[in-house]
Amino acid sequence: MSVMLRVSNIEVVYSEVILVLQGMSLEVPEGRIVTLLGANGAGKTTTLKAISALLRSENGRITDGTIEFSGAIINRKEPENIVRDGIFQVMEGRRIFKSLTVTENLLVGAHLRRDRERINFDIDTVFNYFPRLRERHRQTAGHLSGGEQQMLAIGRALMARPKLMLLDEPSLGLASLLVREIFEIIMRINRDEGITILLVEQNANLALQVADYGYIMEGGRVVLAGDCETLRNNPDVKEFYLGHSDRGKKSFKEVKHYQRRKRWLS
Amino acid sequence: MDFFLQLLVSGVVVGSIYALVALGFVLIYKVTRVINFAQGEFLMVGAYVCLALVAQLQLPFWIAFLMTMAVSVGLGLLIERLALRPMLGQPIIAIIMLTIGLSSVLKCAVLVIWGPNNRAYPQIFSQVPIHLGSVVISQVYLWSVGFAVLFLGLFTLFFRYSNAGMAMRAVADDQQAALSMGISLKKVFAMAWCIAFLVASVGGVFLGNINVVNVSLGFFGMKVFPAAVLGGLDSIPGAIVGGLSIGLIEALSGGYLDPLVGGGSKEVIPFIVLVIILMVKPYGLFGRAASAKV
Repeated sequence: MSVMLRVSNIEVVYSEVILVLQGMSLEVPEGRIVTLLGANGAGKTTTLKAISALLRSENGRITDGTIEFSGAIINRKEPENIVRDGIFQVMEGRRIFKSLTVTENLLVGAHLRRDRERINFDIDTVFNYFPRLRERHRQTAGHLSGGEQQMLAIGRALMARPKLMLLDEPSLGLASLLVREIFEIIMRINRDEGITILLVEQNANLALQVADYGYIMEGGRVVLAGDCETLRNNPDVKEFYLGHSDRGKKSFKEVKHYQRRKRWLS
Repeated sequence: MDFFLQLLVSGVVVGSIYALVALGFVLIYKVTRVINFAQGEFLMVGAYVCLALVAQLQLPFWIAFLMTMAVSVGLGLLIERLALRPMLGQPIIAIIMLTIGLSSVLKCAVLVIWGPNNRAYPQIFSQVPIHLGSVVISQVYLWSVGFAVLFLGLFTLFFRYSNAGMAMRAVADDQQAALSMGISLKKVFAMAWCIAFLVASVGGVFLGNINVVNVSLGFFGMKVFPAAVLGGLDSIPGAIVGGLSIGLIEALSGGYLDPLVGGGSKEVIPFIVLVIILMVKPYGLFGRAASAKV
């Protein structure tokens, strides 16, 4: 099993002063789902944006380390060339084009593709994954519900036929039933389309169920890594990310104390 | 009644040119968020370039017209490359100030090259007027409307169906998301300036044929501004409706009010109407209200 994406020791600075990532490393093997977990502000989204080169549009910069994709170093590439290489980021908050129709959104996802004749076929594939989008294909995307917008965002990414999909919080702001549905489709996309997935999630419970391998970030670097089975059974992960513990119920005071005493970073 | 129809016709003619030039203005605003104060000067340059080709190089008008369009696209690219691309990522207000500077530079360049005197196009369109019922229309008016409508239609189709047009709308909606689709912002921005220059030039050529050509053609941009604001700065259909409305208001106020107040109402009334409409609809007739994030 070959490594598709290798992030080694990157350092990311915003506005030349704010250090967000320091010594961040991770590997994504081809064909797998890897998840990146961590609290707010740990640097998960920044890691994804460093890979997709969207960092520069936010005045961020990779000041150290390398990002390798299929053996080639890609840290200095423009976002459009990253997409051309086969990496596609589904940004947090869906970010669909609100004034375009559903079909137009999908077409924009295929912006860089040259095989025009296959695009209609792929639109149909997306509609098979998300039948609700087919019903609404002529509607303005801004009028879709939150769940439908998330489906559209993932469908739009499929239209680019990427090798690696970076998913940033696909469950954000959705009802739990919908979240299940979307995660099942993410697994199907991984299995049937052979697309490797790097998934950033707040819902650690769910993410550790669908992924093969997990990284836990804190303060701009990885503090814990392992296959998801191991992570699920790790007592610290249980306590902080899954919200239950082997040691029975604790009082809030004790939990706080425990957290203060035992940080990942220590 | 005939007088009214006559005013209506000239209002629609001038209004369609406003609409065309406002399309470029709105496009730049939509895609780059920059208010382009040099749009009127783009128009003036277009009028002068075509005039030079026709009068000084003695080229046939249609060839000169096509060449003017090519030159306009080239100038649009050049301006984007030299003046605007280095400003990418800078505060929008700085770029807006830059367009004001650009308008002065273009105006001075025209003065240096062609001088301050009025110039006129040679006779290009037949002067035999066409009678539509009781209304009399000169041929240059018909050609102007025809071309304005043609270009408005072509660009509407372009934005709606072409890959590049869709990319432009995507950038207008959400720049960073467009970036994540692999859309090159630089290319889209360059295209917006080219199209803006192109439509302004086309408007300039016909306006130059209707009136004389001088530096004050640049002030036409002042009229495109209310047309665009009236329709809603970020709406292309709005630019068309806004342009036609301003043209009509101008013609009607010029026809009916000028004799009463002794002239000048043509310049003022469009702005008064603009203010009234903005009081009722602050984002213009078709503009999208900026939604606040919760």
